[in-house]
Amino acid sequence: MDLHDLPKPQDLMNINLNKPPETGWMDNPAVFRDGTYSYPAAGKNLKRLGMPNPREWAPTDQDWKLPDNWQEIILKGMKERLEKYRSFRLFMDICVRCGACADKCHFFIGSGDPKNMPVLRAELIRSVYRNDFTLLGKMLGRFGGGRELTIDVLKEWFYYFFQCTECRRCSVFCPYGIDTAEVTMIGRELLNLVGLNINWVMEPVANCYRFGNHLGIPPHGLIDMWEFMADDIEDITGIKVNLPINKKGAEILFVTPSGDYFADPGTYTCMGYMMLFHELGLDYTWSTYASEGGNFGLFTSHEMIKRLNAKIYAEAKRLGVKWILGGECGHMWRVVHQYMETMNGPADFLEEPVSPITGTKFENAKQTKMVHITEFTSDLIKNGKLKLDPSRNDKVIATYHDSCNPARAAGLLEEPRYVIKNVVNNFYEMPENTIREQTFCCGGGAGLGNDENIEMRMRGAFPRASALNHVVAKHDVNRLLCMCAIDRATLTALTHYWAPDVMVGGIHELVANALIMNGEKDRTVDLRGEPLGDEEEDE
Amino acid sequence: MNALFSLVSALIAVVALVVVSWFGVEAIGLDSVFGVIIPYIALAIFVIGVVYRIVDWARVPVPFRIPTTCGQGKSLPWIKADNLDCPYNTWGVIGRMFLEVFLFRSLFRNSKAELREGPRVTYASAKWLWLFGILFHYSFLIIIVRHLRLFMEPIPSFVQTITSVDGFFQIMVPTFFITDILFLAAVTLLFLRRVTLPQLRYISLPADYFALFLILGIGISGVLMRNFFKVDLLGVKSLAMGLFTLHPVAPPGIHPIFYVHLFLVSVLIAYFPFSKLMHAGGVFLSPTRNMANVNRSERYVNPWNYPVKVHTYEEYEDDFREKMKEVGIPVDKE
Repeated sequence: MDLHDLPKPQDLMNINLNKPPETGWMDNPAVFRDGTYSYPAAGKNLKRLGMPNPREWAPTDQDWKLPDNWQEIILKGMKERLEKYRSFRLFMDICVRCGACADKCHFFIGSGDPKNMPVLRAELIRSVYRNDFTLLGKMLGRFGGGRELTIDVLKEWFYYFFQCTECRRCSVFCPYGIDTAEVTMIGRELLNLVGLNINWVMEPVANCYRFGNHLGIPPHGLIDMWEFMADDIEDITGIKVNLPINKKGAEILFVTPSGDYFADPGTYTCMGYMMLFHELGLDYTWSTYASEGGNFGLFTSHEMIKRLNAKIYAEAKRLGVKWILGGECGHMWRVVHQYMETMNGPADFLEEPVSPITGTKFENAKQTKMVHITEFTSDLIKNGKLKLDPSRNDKVIATYHDSCNPARAAGLLEEPRYVIKNVVNNFYEMPENTIREQTFCCGGGAGLGNDENIEMRMRGAFPRASALNHVVAKHDVNRLLCMCAIDRATLTALTHYWAPDVMVGGIHELVANALIMNGEKDRTVDLRGEPLGDEEEDE
Repeated sequence: MNALFSLVSALIAVVALVVVSWFGVEAIGLDSVFGVIIPYIALAIFVIGVVYRIVDWARVPVPFRIPTTCGQGKSLPWIKADNLDCPYNTWGVIGRMFLEVFLFRSLFRNSKAELREGPRVTYASAKWLWLFGILFHYSFLIIIVRHLRLFMEPIPSFVQTITSVDGFFQIMVPTFFITDILFLAAVTLLFLRRVTLPQLRYISLPADYFALFLILGIGISGVLMRNFFKVDLLGVKSLAMGLFTLHPVAPPGIHPIFYVHLFLVSVLIAYFPFSKLMHAGGVFLSPTRNMANVNRSERYVNPWNYPVKVHTYEEYEDDFREKMKEVGIPVDKE
């Protein structure tokens, strides 16, 4: 499905949040309507990873070609996870269905489908939990809120667990901190046990496993891409930036999502990193083996997170670097911040990160040894180490979209804002219910940012778009900033549909525009190749 | 599961409990069954059940440190960190949990999304759930404290104090307590909220109505026995003291409404460990709330961490060695 096939926004949003269906939710099977679901994983990708039940199938088929004992596999998998994850166990037990989470989900606000209320998304699996794992559920059946795991229930899981972006917004509002991301992650793990997964997740996973990045770019291809960006930088600034690759003995390994090598507007951010590091004379290196900061394992299973993430520490060790610097990415930082060191640490072969430019010790990263680029850059700016001319960004009227994971899984709120305010003169916040810890998903996180799912994406994007349009109307905002590679791709579709006059971009793109580099030529264009001032338009 | 079925089935269940206890005492004279045996059994189920559930939860490992951060984390020294919403030490966690458990902080954030022309969406403040929740839980707590007078002789002074403050307005004889009114009002409002909001009605299970009706039944029977039937409080106290001192007797002549009250309480506490009411214990264990956001500065160990199959650098280089050499990327093996 394509964006232009969608109805106009006002028609798309002809929904009612307060009118659930007549049929009770337990008896209302999922309908796989075009534009609202993702295509299943190709068998070859599952084979490459050694994952169960590789085959070709479609959600609209009657027969999903499941193993004969699929129920047994799922229930056994549930039991195992109830004994391994307190989060899952507790979140199955303690929900009181108060409904505080109901209208906190972007997919519910955009679709009105009650099964997109976080509480009901969790009840899809909780009903089976009660039926098979609790005393009252076993005794009372439906009266006890239990529901048998039938094929319709399984299909419903597939539909709705791949209609959650694991953004954690609901968990901010839950009085017990119940986190639907946890429920969805376990739900997807269970689905994976019988070969139910989507290609937009599994292809990047399979690629990342073998090639080191989601896009499946081999090392010689990466060099081409990076050199191409370096050439563009030379055209714009007259400076040939150094481009260290797989360099042993470098001080810092730099890891960023591969989305930034590949397509606009991510490439501008990537050029921004190169220019910043060059100007600083940073002793760093790119890696082709660990050429992916993102981790679609997060959208597959805990085991897959670990399998993909292992490359980062392994490469840091092989290259003998002191510490690791990470680029602008959302879910990457969920993994780096909350999983990496527990899964693949301790990284005792690395040193506690210290900025070679300012001498600042990044004590908050002393165990993981990985620093976020906005922590690094804001420290540079605070210490006056960068020569910046924010007026070069004067054509940009910016607002900032907090990516879900840096906001709600790491507390990275002020660092990006500090950087932004120092490199651009026009910056306006969106309304407070839609930023910081209350930020809304772009609508395409957790592997859902594919084309076939476009209707559901645009529905999920609606709360963010609505907030964006608020500042567009009030302040003529024309740039939606974010520090996430998925955002840079998905928000571009969002603005195309909901706010056509707004461009999307990363923070370090603007940093590099503003950065006065030693020996640079008189800059006339920004990183996008567009004129810096209004001179040309005046002609 | 449709909404009406949930509501009606739960209502029938609670009415049945009322009828059983009333007639059990009034018609068959099972005073000591409802006054002594059932309360003891219920209490045993409650204590064993709650301990079992909490131990059971506590035995399940927390493999990863996954706090939901709701404020600025601690990073650079000149950026003000928010220790309550994004705790960076144990004090922060304690503060966050205190606000959560005693003031329902997360619920206080609640807002209501509304779709408008445009299309656009707006968010209105929606503190009703927080208000009803706070009123309900705190009046329940005070009522339980007031009940201690039945189990203790002499009556502790804090119980006396709370009771006299609670009965400050001295309406009716015996005094009608403020918390009784607030409690009944709060439970009723929580119920009305559940049946009038379409989204909430849609998600409600029989268990949700059952707990509400049961608690409402306890409140109503309590007020009825005290203020309308005016049951023999000395008899009630001697029964309570007997239960408490393990010399239980059910004194004759206590009105059946008391046994209804006591039976509903017994059912509530026996039901407690098997139900969503365990949120009371569970909230303390919630990993998104009770962990500090020190993820990158302190090691966290997963007790069941196991080795996984990875694609090593050697395998990667084997795949691409010649190409890498061609474009000048250094390789480990020539």
